[in-house]
Amino acid sequence: MRLTVKSATLLGLVALIALAPLFFPSGFYYRVGALIFVNGLAVTGIVILTGWAGQISLGHAGFAGIGAYACALAPVHWGLHPALAVVLGAGVSAVLAWLVGRPILRLKGYYLAVASLGMGILISMVLNNERALTRGPDGIEVAELGLRAVLKDAGLELSNGQFWYFLCGLVLLAGAWLALNLHDSPTGRALRALHGSEVAARTVGMDVARLKLQAFVISAVYASVSGSLLALQNKFITPDVAGFMHSVEMVTMAVLGGVGSVFGAIFGAAVLTLLPQVLTVFAEYEQLVLGAVMVLVMIFLREGVVPSILRKIRGGGE
Amino acid sequence: MSELLQFLLSGVTVGAVYALVALGFTIIYNASDVVNFAQGEFVMLGGMITVFAHAAGAPLPLAALAAVVATAGLGVAMNKLAIEPARGAPVVSLVIITIGASIFIRGAAQLVFDKQIHSFPAFSGDDPFRILGATILPQSLWVIGGAVAVFIGLWLFFTRTLLGRAVLATSNNRLAAQLVGINTPFVMTLSFALSAGIGALAGVLVTPITMTSYDVGLALALKGFAAAMLGGMGNPKGALVGGLCLGLLEGLTAGYISSQYKDAAAFIVILAVLFFLPQGLFGRKSTDRV
Amino acid sequence: MKTFLTTTALVALGLAAPALAEIRIGASISATGPAAFLGDPELKTLEMLVEELNAKGGINGEEIVLVAYDDNGDPNKARTFATRLVEDDEVVAIIGGTTTGTTMSILAVAEDAEIPFISLAGAIDIIDPVKPFTFKTPHTDRMACQKIFEDMQKNAITKIGMISGTDGFGASMQAQCKAVAPDYGIEIVADETYDPKDADMTAQLTKIKGTEGVQAVLNPGFGQGPSIVTRNYKQLDVGLPFYQSHGVASDGFIELAGAEAAEGVRLPGTALLVAGLLAADDPQKPVVDAYKAAFEEKTGTPVGTFGGYAHDAFLILTDAIARAGEAEPAAIRDAIEATTGLAGTTGVYSFTAEDHLGLDLSAFRMLEIKGGQWTLVE
Repeated sequence: MRLTVKSATLLGLVALIALAPLFFPSGFYYRVGALIFVNGLAVTGIVILTGWAGQISLGHAGFAGIGAYACALAPVHWGLHPALAVVLGAGVSAVLAWLVGRPILRLKGYYLAVASLGMGILISMVLNNERALTRGPDGIEVAELGLRAVLKDAGLELSNGQFWYFLCGLVLLAGAWLALNLHDSPTGRALRALHGSEVAARTVGMDVARLKLQAFVISAVYASVSGSLLALQNKFITPDVAGFMHSVEMVTMAVLGGVGSVFGAIFGAAVLTLLPQVLTVFAEYEQLVLGAVMVLVMIFLREGVVPSILRKIRGGGE
Repeated sequence: MSELLQFLLSGVTVGAVYALVALGFTIIYNASDVVNFAQGEFVMLGGMITVFAHAAGAPLPLAALAAVVATAGLGVAMNKLAIEPARGAPVVSLVIITIGASIFIRGAAQLVFDKQIHSFPAFSGDDPFRILGATILPQSLWVIGGAVAVFIGLWLFFTRTLLGRAVLATSNNRLAAQLVGINTPFVMTLSFALSAGIGALAGVLVTPITMTSYDVGLALALKGFAAAMLGGMGNPKGALVGGLCLGLLEGLTAGYISSQYKDAAAFIVILAVLFFLPQGLFGRKSTDRV
Repeated sequence: MKTFLTTTALVALGLAAPALAEIRIGASISATGPAAFLGDPELKTLEMLVEELNAKGGINGEEIVLVAYDDNGDPNKARTFATRLVEDDEVVAIIGGTTTGTTMSILAVAEDAEIPFISLAGAIDIIDPVKPFTFKTPHTDRMACQKIFEDMQKNAITKIGMISGTDGFGASMQAQCKAVAPDYGIEIVADETYDPKDADMTAQLTKIKGTEGVQAVLNPGFGQGPSIVTRNYKQLDVGLPFYQSHGVASDGFIELAGAEAAEGVRLPGTALLVAGLLAADDPQKPVVDAYKAAFEEKTGTPVGTFGGYAHDAFLILTDAIARAGEAEPAAIRDAIEATTGLAGTTGVYSFTAEDHLGLDLSAFRMLEIKGGQWTLVE
């Protein structure tokens, strides 16, 4: 039986999430794993936007910031349960993405990159400046999700690290499943068609702008939820989460691993999340290495690491 | 009255800095349609190399010259090593490459130089000129003069010289340019050398005002990019006017509205321009390019 | 394939296993990133001090091992590294948190794991309310405001303008100063800000200058911003008493702003800056002289307040470990809390169960720049 990309990706992820802990020498690795999953979720959104719809966003961290601060602010100010705050953040992000994307995505070319860049910087500026609400650049505490205590009462006792590892793993799995379903849906096929040739897609009567807008809104929700998970996990968040460098990081993770493939992008997230942990002895060289890796992968493995390798394997040295 | 004038002079000072950075963006964009996110690092290198060459004993003009030449060389190397091998790659890849190159250069600079903040003396002293109760530093005039000179130079280059037209032709249609005998690889090399050199010159001129350190590039690149977008990407006139407008806007916002949100003004204008005037103030109509 | 790759990478991370007869101290410092010029001297100071101490035979015969990570000024990374220090490296104490954001991240991990943590960041929230395992070495930004306002009060200044950086340091101090100003009968009549990367602040200063009744100007901030503000202040000929914060208390500030523009600037600084002016019987003199000589010889760069914070954190920690007689987190914590009269570069520390800062206003010295040199006011 031949595995489809979808089932192969999902099976691979399940195996990874379930089996990796067997090799963890200490509790610290749960933390790294959880971070990989959080980043992987944001990056899955980038795959939909960049890999399938062919648009670049340089402001996705702004949505992560909205998701994160929704979890910090809504429970305190409006008494919302943190889990509902995640939904609120996702909703706000979706609406904002729609408002910004609607006029921009009617234009041809890469204007979304510029518009999202401006939007992201504005969001991070508001988070920094509105001290009365956000407590400014030094950050703000985030409420406890409370799910771990519920699980404990139900007889399932997990350490903090384990709990976040499995929760983020499950959310990533759900995100990947939804994305892969989208990939195989009529919308997904249309998106990829327009990425191939926008003119052709338009000629056959597709509403190109609407498709791109859908992709942008969906990817914003992914980024927002990933920001929420980060905030809830750390129980503390600073405006850095919405910073320009975080946006660049998301795009880089996706492109390095392979922006056309969900599994590839998650792999990219894993590599870049691990990089600073591996390079600690050479922390001074971290930026140097990161920059060089970005350039080299883009030159020699243009589709990203995973798809390029897969092609080599399938093509038998073609 | 003197307050308004001071806000304007402050805006012009800042705007000239943005304009100089924005001008650097235009050449590479014209030759290759690539927005070079490493442009800010060229500005940083211009400042840092001058600082360290000066500290090592070189007289300031010589140190500045060395910085411009060295940075131009680095621009050529970047084209040869990172941009040329990726020819034909999608724009996302090229954007990632220039961002990667900027991270690489920043990482190298913090190793080769240091992480401290540096400056060198202003070229014509620190005694401000007084105009109707407002003041401006002589170094600001150097920056403004530099921006105008670079603008005129580029304008002449693109409109009056064969080489400049070759650059524009390459940008419009690479294949056609090759067919009429334009040496397109050379055009690319030249564009990177010029862009990097202009970036470094910007760094030399602005460092006595803004100071420099290994990580100033990103903020400058973002503002310079915003200015270039405002004026219309790829147009030297747009870069100059866009930069000055942005600076004046910030100065007036700081003066009359809120200094906290003066940086927001720039990006709100960018979004407004994109919503209502996507070609920028002086941008080429996309129909011209087909 | 993926699973295999990831797990090998993960296993490769865990190479360092704790050995015997050594004391493992952890550090998460922002040696690169936006706070690099604070974190860089901090890390260099720690490395230098560990080397010095081990050359002298360590603590009670045990060698000190410093496990230092560079968190890039990113609070998320700081939390990850703090987790790593606790869970993987099994350190007995943590020094670090160059910025308030990274400190808050490390603090949560350290408190959970009950590992003593000495922060190098300024905000008062770190130790107020007191958390059992968290201490800090720098003065709070509130104390800096109080020291400055005391000096203003002496000079009969009641109305001031503020121009603050929008970075964490500037924004936090701005808020603290606004909170304590009424205690000193001071009214803030103009309140402007700038982005730390701005090129020109004359617009903001013009507004302050034009505000009715301003008698002095205060500039909380660090990095190049305050140097540019100082130059613009001179350019506009504002002519009012000008106060900076402890954020720029280093020789680099005078150099960047220019001796002429910096003339007459006052700020609250530490003994480290005026090492040569300290009285021979000053309790801080020996430690200040020793650190200054060693650091400047080792790195070739002048000492600054921030490296001094790391020096003091290491001093407090090693002193506590020596007194505790055993390198156990709980014992170290108790010993730190029992520290009395320990002279560091920043001040003389005496901790109690209610006070995890251990400094009072007397540790700050009001300095004035005269002829390109730091001088003591009083």
